[in-house]
Amino acid sequence: MLKTVIPFGPQHPVLPEPLHLKLTVEDEVITEAIPALGFVHRGLEMLANIRDFKQMTQVVERVCGICSMIHAMCYCQGIEAIMGIEVPRRATFLRTIWSELNRMHSHLLWLGLFADSFGFESLFMQLWKIREKVLDLNEATAGNRIIVSVNVIGGVRRDLAPEQISWMLAELAEVEQEINRLGSTLLTDYTVKKRTAGKGVITKDKAFELGLAGPTLRASGVCQDMRMLGYAAFDQLDFEPVVETGGDCYARSKVRFREVLQSIDLIRQALSRIDQSEIRTKVKGRPQGETVCRVEQPRGELFYYIKADGTKNLERLRIRTPTFANIPALLSILPGMWLSDVPVAVLSIDPCISCTER
Amino acid sequence: MFKMTPNVLRNLFFPKATRRYPLEVRAPFENVRGALMNDIEKCTFCSACALKCPSQCIAVDKKAATWSYDPFACVFCGICVEICPAESLHQKPEYRLPVAQRESILLKGEPGQKIEKSS
Repeated sequence: MLKTVIPFGPQHPVLPEPLHLKLTVEDEVITEAIPALGFVHRGLEMLANIRDFKQMTQVVERVCGICSMIHAMCYCQGIEAIMGIEVPRRATFLRTIWSELNRMHSHLLWLGLFADSFGFESLFMQLWKIREKVLDLNEATAGNRIIVSVNVIGGVRRDLAPEQISWMLAELAEVEQEINRLGSTLLTDYTVKKRTAGKGVITKDKAFELGLAGPTLRASGVCQDMRMLGYAAFDQLDFEPVVETGGDCYARSKVRFREVLQSIDLIRQALSRIDQSEIRTKVKGRPQGETVCRVEQPRGELFYYIKADGTKNLERLRIRTPTFANIPALLSILPGMWLSDVPVAVLSIDPCISCTER
Repeated sequence: MFKMTPNVLRNLFFPKATRRYPLEVRAPFENVRGALMNDIEKCTFCSACALKCPSQCIAVDKKAATWSYDPFACVFCGICVEICPAESLHQKPEYRLPVAQRESILLKGEPGQKIEKSS
């Protein structure tokens, strides 16, 4: 059989970000996939040597647009650990609330794009309509829609007024209702299942062996979520990771769908347990030492290594993002798949290339 | 596809989710970080905003008493507004409208302005 090499990306209708795959195809079946990265490399890690450690909070937020708040939270937690700063309890709850709002809008964005990848345009629009409400919540409470800029070393920059809390609860109830209404379409519809169920299966052992992260890992039955570490206020909330056992594209979408509902529940819990206190501790001095910080991004485990030498600039900042861990999953599921299933398989790992290339 | 039909039918009886922007504009939320403004009469040209800005979009010349700002480099984080000692900087809740050509804003004040103390 004649082999053909088909370039997939970096510009492709289904890809939100530039990932290039060289697909070797025999007939319509993929035999090999070779990735090429580096289209959006910006050298953000090196900016740590130019910008001071406080300005870096705004820089790391721009590693990735979609999970911006969680990047900044991870960075701030790292610096706070080095400097021995204790964050006020209210600030940890506020960070939890905004990080879960961030997860919600990221997952809703992904669910919409996923629906679009198999041609379900109306489902895509309905999901993004719901996402708009979550962005409104961000804008009204944090000041910006996506890159919320609420984190600061020592706490947060915005507080929630009591009337904002009651408004948020009312909006979340509406969002939950609308998501549940779409749940039957997304999870039980014949067309959706036909395109996703049984496609790109990763077994539990294989997922563990490849070192996957986030919903991609949890969809294969591995119960691993960095929120179990109890950072921010997660140790004070009732939290159980969402795990599915199918390991296919359908299971991955189911994990993300259930995580949206879980995020609503976590925000409700956080809003009910939040107490009155300061939201920010004053930071004095400069960091000296090194630390490792891990948090759960919408796409999986985010890892920061920070080394500071007592000057205003950091000596080294290393960011490892979940998509970097999940690309091997993509390369292992593509061989043997039909060419028409490639968009669904590629999107099922929720690739965030800006994060990966920094 | 059939599971989606009730949603589609339901949408026929509800108002549309989009609006005819820019003819119809939603009222902004309070405290949204929109366009950055400087009350140049209050500005003391201390350069604190230029030093703290993460995207370095502000330049201040104390001698010439000028404050320049590149709205296209600004990331709307509001750090400058927070640290401004003279409280001359503020952000409007509305976003800056798109323009056809890149331009920066240059404001000129009086040299030697001091912070007005409110009694």
